[in-house]
Amino acid sequence: MSTSRFTRRGVLRTGAIASAGLALPTYLRAEAHTGFTNAPGDSEVVLGFNVPQTGPYADEGADELRAFELAVEHLNGEGDGGMLNTFSEKNLDGTGILGRRVNFVTGDTQTKSDAARASARSMIEKDGAIMISGGSSSGVAVAVQGLCQEAGVIFMAGLTHSNDTTGKDRKANGFRHFFNAYMSAAALAPVLQNLYGTDRNAYHLTADYNWGWTQQESIAAATEAMGWETVNNVLTPLAETDFSAYIAPVLSSGADVLVLNHYGGNMVNSLTNAVQFGLREAQANGKKFEIVVPLYSELMARGAGQNIKGIPGSQNWDWKLENEMGERYVGTNAFVQSFGEKYGFPPSQAAHTCYVQTLLYADAVTRAGSFNPCAVVEALEGFEFDGMGNGPTLYRAGDHQCFKDVVVVRGKENPENEFDLVEIVEVTPTEQVTYEPDHPMFDGGDLGECNPGA
Amino acid sequence: MRGLERRDVMLLVIVAVMTLFAPIILNPFPANSAMAQFNAGYPDLMQRFVIFGIFAIGFNILFGLTGYLSFGHAAFLGVGSYSAVWMFKLLGFNIIPAILLSVVVAGLFSVVIGYISLRRSGIYFSILTLAFAQMSFALAYSVLGNPALINLTNGETGLQVYPSDPQVLHGASAPNVTNLFGLEMRQTCEVKLGGTASGLSGCDTHMLPGAFGETFWAFDFNAGYYVCAVLMLIVFYLSIRIFRSPFGMMLRAVKSNQQRLNYTGLNPRPYTLAAFVISGMYAGLAGGLMASMDPLAGAERMQWTASGEVVLMTILGGAGTLIGPVLGAGFIKYFENIFSKINDGVLHSWFAFMPEGLENLFVTLLHPFVGKGWHLTLGILFMLVVIFLPGGLVEGGQRIGRFAFRRRNRKGGEAEAEAARKQPAE
Amino acid sequence: MDAVILQFLNGLDKGSAYALIALGLTLIFGTLGVVNFAHGALFMIGAFCAVTMSRLLSLSHQVVDETRTDFLGNPMKVDVPYVNDWFGEATGALIIDWAVPISILLAIPVMLLVGIVMERGLIKHFYKRPHADQILVTFGLAIVLQEIIKQVYGANPIPTPAPEAFRGSLDFGVMLGFDPYTITYPYWRLVYFAFSVIIIGAVFAFLQFTTFGMVVRAGMADRETVGLLGIDIDRRFTLMFGLAAIVAGLAGVMYTPINSPNYHMGMDFLVLSFVVVVVGGMGSLPGAVAAGFLLGILQSFASMNWIKDIIPGIDQIIIYLVAILILLTRPRGLLGRKGVMEE
Repeated sequence: MSTSRFTRRGVLRTGAIASAGLALPTYLRAEAHTGFTNAPGDSEVVLGFNVPQTGPYADEGADELRAFELAVEHLNGEGDGGMLNTFSEKNLDGTGILGRRVNFVTGDTQTKSDAARASARSMIEKDGAIMISGGSSSGVAVAVQGLCQEAGVIFMAGLTHSNDTTGKDRKANGFRHFFNAYMSAAALAPVLQNLYGTDRNAYHLTADYNWGWTQQESIAAATEAMGWETVNNVLTPLAETDFSAYIAPVLSSGADVLVLNHYGGNMVNSLTNAVQFGLREAQANGKKFEIVVPLYSELMARGAGQNIKGIPGSQNWDWKLENEMGERYVGTNAFVQSFGEKYGFPPSQAAHTCYVQTLLYADAVTRAGSFNPCAVVEALEGFEFDGMGNGPTLYRAGDHQCFKDVVVVRGKENPENEFDLVEIVEVTPTEQVTYEPDHPMFDGGDLGECNPGA
Repeated sequence: MRGLERRDVMLLVIVAVMTLFAPIILNPFPANSAMAQFNAGYPDLMQRFVIFGIFAIGFNILFGLTGYLSFGHAAFLGVGSYSAVWMFKLLGFNIIPAILLSVVVAGLFSVVIGYISLRRSGIYFSILTLAFAQMSFALAYSVLGNPALINLTNGETGLQVYPSDPQVLHGASAPNVTNLFGLEMRQTCEVKLGGTASGLSGCDTHMLPGAFGETFWAFDFNAGYYVCAVLMLIVFYLSIRIFRSPFGMMLRAVKSNQQRLNYTGLNPRPYTLAAFVISGMYAGLAGGLMASMDPLAGAERMQWTASGEVVLMTILGGAGTLIGPVLGAGFIKYFENIFSKINDGVLHSWFAFMPEGLENLFVTLLHPFVGKGWHLTLGILFMLVVIFLPGGLVEGGQRIGRFAFRRRNRKGGEAEAEAARKQPAE
Repeated sequence: MDAVILQFLNGLDKGSAYALIALGLTLIFGTLGVVNFAHGALFMIGAFCAVTMSRLLSLSHQVVDETRTDFLGNPMKVDVPYVNDWFGEATGALIIDWAVPISILLAIPVMLLVGIVMERGLIKHFYKRPHADQILVTFGLAIVLQEIIKQVYGANPIPTPAPEAFRGSLDFGVMLGFDPYTITYPYWRLVYFAFSVIIIGAVFAFLQFTTFGMVVRAGMADRETVGLLGIDIDRRFTLMFGLAAIVAGLAGVMYTPINSPNYHMGMDFLVLSFVVVVVGGMGSLPGAVAAGFLLGILQSFASMNWIKDIIPGIDQIIIYLVAILILLTRPRGLLGRKGVMEE
């Protein structure tokens, strides 16, 4: 630091001048002539990938990060191009986004709203990120989405399943590719009817926070519509690790189906406990007792081990989709191929949604011809596309939710390898899971105006 | 200055200068260099430094002076945040009522918890405070956020402001973000020093273009940060006054020997309760400021880990010293925000100048300690500091100072040493 | 009635887990006077001994099976465990199935070693330091230990099932004359309960009836005097630390079939075990056990539906509520002594 003396003096003078001009309004790092926050330079553009790297969802976050890295590689023309080859839009040619090389920064959400917002703010304020993506829980997604709306950058949600994300907490700058609790319920209900009939009594155990409530509400509504009865709904503390006290009374309650509205470690533990208590071998009301977990991920299935066998649930996407369900889900194999080549195992649904979101953002910018968030919002609203592994998909303008087929799965009885955890039971077509933006479970939200920042 | 000894004035002036020039001091590396990763001078982190500084200063008034180790102070911070956001929802985005209410509510809350918890001492006191805080967290996370019952906290998602909220005092021309009579908290002026391309206008300025070639420094001067900084200086001044007052002496007496204090016919309870409430109000202020900088209040702010964090900050910096808690707060927040963002890509770019084999070796060696491994680094540093610097970072500073100025007279700038020495041994 | 019996049973089981963890914690505090925030980490390491053991037992070599393909379409590599080669497939499968109980053999020496290294290498230097420093350094150690485990095993829970023979559950209701399926309880949880009671009994017997235990008890009461009698009390205390680590580790090993272990399970139990110890009274072994059972049973009852309907969320706060009430009525917990940790 031989020049430090000189520098510091210059710096001090600068500081004095700057504080004098403090009262003049500007917004974040917005530069006046571009009209929006963090306008990229001519050579590179920075994306922010905000995923849980510590805490219980760290493995899921790691998988999301792998997908982001792969997406950036493909955007920059490295690797085999993955879904760029199957995507229905052909604007992305491996030269980055609008000719700018894609760079990215990463952060740790810790699966806490505060930490996630801090990390996102540092990406926006310090690193000049123009888009934030990632996350593995709805609380974080809603918190970061709100922040991006205020700051004037685009938020491409990662794994978030609560109705609220595109329901009462929807925001103009936020987009969700992942499906939601309502869709899970709508897709699951017919399958449950086929499997277990219409005369069933369901006992719900529900994680006592927003996501749990919305999922329980959705599942109860959908199953009651086909004739099931909801015997009881018990809220369980989030911090609980041993669910024995909640599982023990289930068998004597008169119920013959247990619905576990739990996610992550909660789900692994409650399912393990339920199986220990012999619920799967039990008989109730003259029928075989059944367990349903409306949403579970590959990692949760791995954590639950043997216990997941035969348990129905829903997924946004599965890596076997194209092989088993045919051409409609083109893109799946291209993605699995490039992901598998690079990392040695198939991608999870969290990885898939993050990868797709990144490409969709890049494509929207290219079509809009601008990084301006309002232009991107316009390009994404009502956008129909295909070739991303989910079949034909619509980004609905009314609530920024993607509409596509929902995969109904079951834990596989005889897995062929450690990644082969679930089997696809059925794919529920889009029409069956579509709802109106002002459906009561999603009501009270307001997208507001898109915010470009400056 | 009024009521302060010379060395305290010195300390206050040093802290004031450091705080006011923090945007420059914290950004020592050129913005376009690889070392820019270590720059901490962006608005969010600077705000966090001072806000958690306030939290830790307050905690230190209780723990540093009386020795009562509270494991539930995060509850006051959380309550402060919730009150502030409620003010935004009901009244409007001006931060004054929000901050006032957050201090008042946190104060009331701490009177209740303090009154009950202070009936016990030692670890029994710690567990009582922990129990209260965990109860607050559990209720805020679920029961109090359930729309079916009473939605005070909005649960997991966190309490936030919706366009449909009443905001009765919100004028038509008032900005739609948190502000101080129109001065937006997120308003930032950027000053660039050196470099070439310039797209700055308004209050953003560009100094000495071309003086350093392509290299340039960027400094953010953020309105919200300066609001927090001024408040921190005020409460820092208050804490010096408390430390030096007869009241502060009384609190130290509680710490050194409560029994003897009883025998002299004094009841220590009112003094400890006062200290508890003051530190609770500091925490409430910190919570109110957090919400003012970013209008969202989440329940995790009240969890025991958050309470543990302020304990760590205080002890790490140096419990019972004036400046220690602020240093500890900065240390931990720096790690959380800077180290967690170093990923393998960044590591590769640092060692890119090396031959490939060596580069990969270095990246592999460093990989476990940065990015998702930042907890590990933090844990190791905790242990090192506690093992080798029992007085915290302040003691480290003193040792370096003593080493550097060994021959100089022990005068001036040693206010800290004095403050630490006044602490009776436990 | 059956619901009450069921929750009582469940409370006993929950309580036995709490008591076992709290026992080790209070043992360390009672003998060494150290507040050990790394105790949860010891529990976690124990659990990962079971994970390691089951991985070791199912250590395999790969055989390429040309008839099947993996997810990328290449010929599939099938894992064949070495134990199958050595003992034949049936015995091999049996050994892998019994991995959790077998891992007790691994956990005892590992935990003893970890405990002794921890005490000699770190804790020893903190006897004279304030409790706050002890908390901080052991908390730092806990973070370091759990991060190391996370780097090795990942953050996802790892399923470690109980042996086939202990899966499923026992129908108590039928024995007591109720309808089938009214009171059922899993075999492994009953095993865990019995195991806890045996370990707790063994620790008490060890302290009560052996000379070693007698000296340690004397040392707990008055360390200096015992030292003056020419007894090397330090070495015994080191061994006691090792013993406490073994107790924590075994609790962890046996807990793995109940909940799949993950790296933060220690932290999950840490706060709870401290509450148990304090409610029982710092440094009191019977107090810790009594408090463990008390809190376990109360927590089970609090999660009953009709109670939750009256007071929503009571199951989330019951432990803390009880802790507050007990500490306000009994200043030093259930069985605490005067003057311990009150300064």
